[in-house]
Amino acid sequence: MNITHAVNGKFGQYGGQFVPETLMPALAELESAYAAAIADPEFTAEFDWLLKTYVGRESPLTFARRLTDHLGGAKIYLKREDLNHSGAHKINNALGQALLAKRMGKRRIVAETGAGQHGVGTATACALLGLDAIIYMGTVDIARQQPNVYRMKLLGAEVRPVESGSKTLKDAINEAIRDWVTNVDSTHYLLGSVLGPHPYPTIVRDFQSVIGREARRQILAAEGRLPDVLIACVGGGSNAIGLFQAFLDDESVAMVGVEAGGLGIESGKHAARFADPDRARVGVLHGTRSYVLQTADGQIMETHSVSAGLDYPSVGPQHALLRDVERAGYTIATDEEALEAFHLLSRLEGIIPALESAHAVAEVIKRAPKMSKNDIIIVNLSGRGDKDLDTVIKLTADSHQPSAKN
Amino acid sequence: MTLKTIESTFTRRPAFMPYIPLGYPTPAASLDAVRAVVAAGADMVELGVPFSDPLADGQTIQAATQRALENGVTVETCLQMAAQLRAEGITVPFLLMGYLNPFLAFGLENLTAAAARAEIDGFIIPDLPPEEADEMDALCRTRNLALVYFLAPTSTPERIALVAQKARGFIYLVALTGVTGARNQLSDTLPQFVARVRAATNTPLAVGFGIGDGAQARQVAQFADGVIVGSALVKRMAKSTAAVRALAEEIAGAVHSL
Repeated sequence: MNITHAVNGKFGQYGGQFVPETLMPALAELESAYAAAIADPEFTAEFDWLLKTYVGRESPLTFARRLTDHLGGAKIYLKREDLNHSGAHKINNALGQALLAKRMGKRRIVAETGAGQHGVGTATACALLGLDAIIYMGTVDIARQQPNVYRMKLLGAEVRPVESGSKTLKDAINEAIRDWVTNVDSTHYLLGSVLGPHPYPTIVRDFQSVIGREARRQILAAEGRLPDVLIACVGGGSNAIGLFQAFLDDESVAMVGVEAGGLGIESGKHAARFADPDRARVGVLHGTRSYVLQTADGQIMETHSVSAGLDYPSVGPQHALLRDVERAGYTIATDEEALEAFHLLSRLEGIIPALESAHAVAEVIKRAPKMSKNDIIIVNLSGRGDKDLDTVIKLTADSHQPSAKN
Repeated sequence: MTLKTIESTFTRRPAFMPYIPLGYPTPAASLDAVRAVVAAGADMVELGVPFSDPLADGQTIQAATQRALENGVTVETCLQMAAQLRAEGITVPFLLMGYLNPFLAFGLENLTAAAARAEIDGFIIPDLPPEEADEMDALCRTRNLALVYFLAPTSTPERIALVAQKARGFIYLVALTGVTGARNQLSDTLPQFVARVRAATNTPLAVGFGIGDGAQARQVAQFADGVIVGSALVKRMAKSTAAVRALAEEIAGAVHSL
């Protein structure tokens, strides 16, 4: 079983191309254009140059001294994707695909967004490269991510509200795909996670895998050895795969993906595709075969998470394979645990994480104390939390006053 | 002899092939709509199975199938409704049309067996291109059911050849680059698209997406073997069965006059 690359568009039994015929030629065109682009030194040089001079890569690997001392176990390093221009790992993929679209002669870009980070990343890349950006966003997400909506508009993007279904990320993807079906000749669909039909899970993974390549080099420089555990949150799973990919062949390195446990598995109000066998089974959503939260009748379930970026009923196909073959383990953090982690990291390290990334930090809080002081954890701090302040203020009015002692 | 029934539909004259979302606006009303289009002269009926995330559909069918879901309609219910129509003596071919995931949840083997029992003649699954259809294709062959593939204006010569080789029953040609829904005008390039596919296969060609009235249906019937009408009928379903029947008669008359 090849866990590092798709074979005939599939990761084991997962992945594939379950899309209407109208899009099949576009996927073939995208696949060949992508293969040509990454074989072209000019393309890769331009991408690398923009990552360095525009995104600000490489992003630091920060030793979290006070968090490490507080938890009293493993040494904790933070991979600082929150310091990227536009505030999250999403820009890596958005820039890569926008360059690819431009090379393909497609000047109109459509994208979906949940938390708004991918929408902001896409709007940013399109502004930089002079492309038209149309961002689909569910009205529930628009309400809870206002700062990012405003950011996208400032960057020249058109934000189209989506009223259908659960009015969150999955519905935004439906609308983006409908737009793409209608305008496929002129338009590139800039999908934001390792989801959707082949070749998207591969393209997005490749553009994000700079995270793990840097982290591997940085930890070897800092500690002279590989880490014991990698931890990242998993919505679609692009920041997690971005960190994991460069370490897949390093057998000593364990990997943990953290799904949104919402109000708890029993409540049914969560987005934990791997942790809830009663509600999540292998199925097909948005062009790819993977684990899908669905009813017994095969209707897609509405999910819940405090973090919009994890609020999605399916998960990237490569994660499904990594989980089946036990190369990576998957666990959950609840809304409450994520909020606690959000506050703890803010107070101990001076770093306000995105609520998505706070799910990964919550797993660090559980795991680090049980590990030896010689062990090393790298956690992907996939984004910064400025966008979440409204949500957090509302949710923690009673419990976590900012003035509270640590 | 279910696949044969579909194939023989196209031999005499162009076929009128309405799409009726089961369960909309109510299960009983959707059965009435099927009866009405058959009485009006439909040669085959596509029975729509609802899905929560219909990404190839425009707003009319999205809203209708959403309502059907709210009415509790499932794959199981759809099979029962088809069986009921058969028991009443309706003999035109029935095709179940729906997205893949509810069918997967039902189990493809169970589904094809149950469909054969309900005297359904085949399946149309918009998110199941031939590359992903091996299992369903084999199960349908075993039961002598049609599995209908699509071609679109964007399809390359290679894809036309692939679908031509795999197709049984008929090929569903998407009349426009877009989602379902009635449009004011047909695409200028539709005749050339149909001719391109015609040059590659003898399988009957049915055209759907964007066809909403008798005049458009007559235009399409001049060069296609079947005319599929969905959203325009669905809009009438919101009004009354009589309104469905009136439009179906207009379209059937136009298609069959050729």
